[in-house]
Amino acid sequence: MSRVLVGVKRVIDYAVKIRVKPDHSGVVTDGVKHSMNPFCEIAVEEAVKLKEKKFIKEVVAVSCGPTQVTETIRTALAMGCDRGIHVEVSGKDYEAMGPLQISKIFAALAKKEEASLVILGKQAIDDDCNQTGQMTAALLDWPQGTFASEVTIDGEKVKVVREIDGGLETIKISMPAVLTADLRLNTPRYATLPNIMKAKKKKIATMKPADLGVDMVSRVEVLRVDEPPTRLAGVKVETVDDLVAKLKANGTI
Amino acid sequence: MLFNKALRGGVQSVLRLQSTSAAAVAATSSQNAPSTGFCFEMTDQQKEFQELARKFSREEIVPVAAAYDRSGEYPFPIIKRAWELGLMNSHIPEDCGGMGLGIFDSCLITEELAYGCTGVQTAIEANSLGQMPVIIAGNDFQKKKYLGRMTEEPLMCAYGVTEPGAGSDVAGLKTRAEKKGDEYVVNGQKMWITNGGKANWYFLLARTDADPKCPTSKAFTGFIVDADSPGILVGRKELNMGQRCSDTRGITFEDVRIPKENVLIGEGAGFKIAMGAFDKTRPPVAAGATGLAQRALDEATGYALERKTFGKLIAEHQAVSFLLAEMAMKVELARMGWQRSAWEVDNGRRNTYYASIAKAFAGDIANQVASDAVQVFGGNGFNSEYPVEKLMRDAKIYQIYEGTAQIQRLIISREHFSRFKK
Repeated sequence: MSRVLVGVKRVIDYAVKIRVKPDHSGVVTDGVKHSMNPFCEIAVEEAVKLKEKKFIKEVVAVSCGPTQVTETIRTALAMGCDRGIHVEVSGKDYEAMGPLQISKIFAALAKKEEASLVILGKQAIDDDCNQTGQMTAALLDWPQGTFASEVTIDGEKVKVVREIDGGLETIKISMPAVLTADLRLNTPRYATLPNIMKAKKKKIATMKPADLGVDMVSRVEVLRVDEPPTRLAGVKVETVDDLVAKLKANGTI
Repeated sequence: MLFNKALRGGVQSVLRLQSTSAAAVAATSSQNAPSTGFCFEMTDQQKEFQELARKFSREEIVPVAAAYDRSGEYPFPIIKRAWELGLMNSHIPEDCGGMGLGIFDSCLITEELAYGCTGVQTAIEANSLGQMPVIIAGNDFQKKKYLGRMTEEPLMCAYGVTEPGAGSDVAGLKTRAEKKGDEYVVNGQKMWITNGGKANWYFLLARTDADPKCPTSKAFTGFIVDADSPGILVGRKELNMGQRCSDTRGITFEDVRIPKENVLIGEGAGFKIAMGAFDKTRPPVAAGATGLAQRALDEATGYALERKTFGKLIAEHQAVSFLLAEMAMKVELARMGWQRSAWEVDNGRRNTYYASIAKAFAGDIANQVASDAVQVFGGNGFNSEYPVEKLMRDAKIYQIYEGTAQIQRLIISREHFSRFKK
């Protein structure tokens, strides 16, 4: 019974202009458009593709957070996931939630659901941590195929082509394993209208981190959030000599 | 999907930011009357439909709209994509393979598609118009045969009522259908038929009673006609001012034989069917005009926040900001117009009054807003390198088709007086 867990995170939509809260404790999220993390969309697409190719039987979409994350799970269901799990985290716990807590939740769920694969996006566009996949694999003591740009299932093993600084690296790992999706892995499908309607009938189970034996205490405290410094105007120079003189005066060279 | 494209340096689209309400999940469907009275909140499903249509429109229609406008080529690839995503043929009942969506939900989709290109949207909408008589008046056999096939492959259909000599005056149409045994033989000419050259079948309105004294309510019959019937001559594609990728043609019927099984309801019932369809198709047309107006407003606003004159952004000059404010007023009210008329018909009420108001108002403001958008762009607005001149050309037809602005006023005044007298 081959099952895949896919993690989907509800983040501020990529097109929104982010604003820092006046008290510098974080960014403004109230009334701001949210959507599924783009790398999570790619992860969902890959899982659904594997199911269509009949390598796996069931895709379970998982998200952690308050009630609103069920919207994100519904989108995953509309893209083709079979059912969803909503791990309820709210208030201070949600604000402090980070890769460590998420990976503990996913590790517990992967064992509970007897998953053969856990597929996540490589990182979220809000915190850019790029840690959850790796931590989840470590907690489970499972092999990991991160920054995947191509995934092929070969019997009990997975061939993963990874995007690395030097180019592409191909590895073969045993299942069960954790994969994280990179940009070029696939192009996520639109949820078709009929699928959006069908998704309403699919089940989303609710549970709390405590039900999975996970403690949500954060070891990280955010002290301050600031906007990047405003770009200063540049200076135009007439000749190369002027440029060199200015760079020297600036202390750059 | 949008994020990928953005990273790959793709589409530059003006996205309307719409905040996801943090409030609790709303009621289940637009069919249930809300208990707290008026409600402007959409259901989660409606939001998802709108989101899908919006993404599709911004990503796949906007980038190619100008090219289709210049070439006039039928946008079949886009139509096929829309069909695959379930954005077309939304009214077809579930037992014929459709989604049986209400008018409100399909208007949501229509507005978003129209934002991308009203030429594309009109080609898609003509399907709904052609199908509506069959949906409201067809028997099971007719529905399964002609609606079923629309969900199995991306086929087009058309609504054939207008003639060279009769547009607003539907009762003055001359196409004749004479009963001969088990068939009707049709002779006549239709004009300005959207999807005329691409349709797999037509809804046809023809006169079956030759007696000039016969009342309108009994003289006409509605038929479903297969487009490959011998005797149908499809005219040339008409070159129009706007919505140029939409296929509009004259169709001639020369001794075309239609089996009696293809009569809708019965002989003489045609006029009522043809008119009844409008109550359901006028709200989407109003939604289409609203989508165009919103696009014009967004383009003009974006430009006003970039272009500088006399030392500041043109948006900071009150002449321009007031213009944009009035454009915004019109767009918001046009939207509420189609929403009300769609909601009324979805709740089982006769919505003729609201549908006419919605269509008349949206058609008029679409023209005003598009023209104002060109004005905001100044000299650039007149030029084909900028998107607004196309909007102005596309907008005009909204005051003409699906009941002219003048006919709408006739209908509204008649409805208004009958309400007043109650």
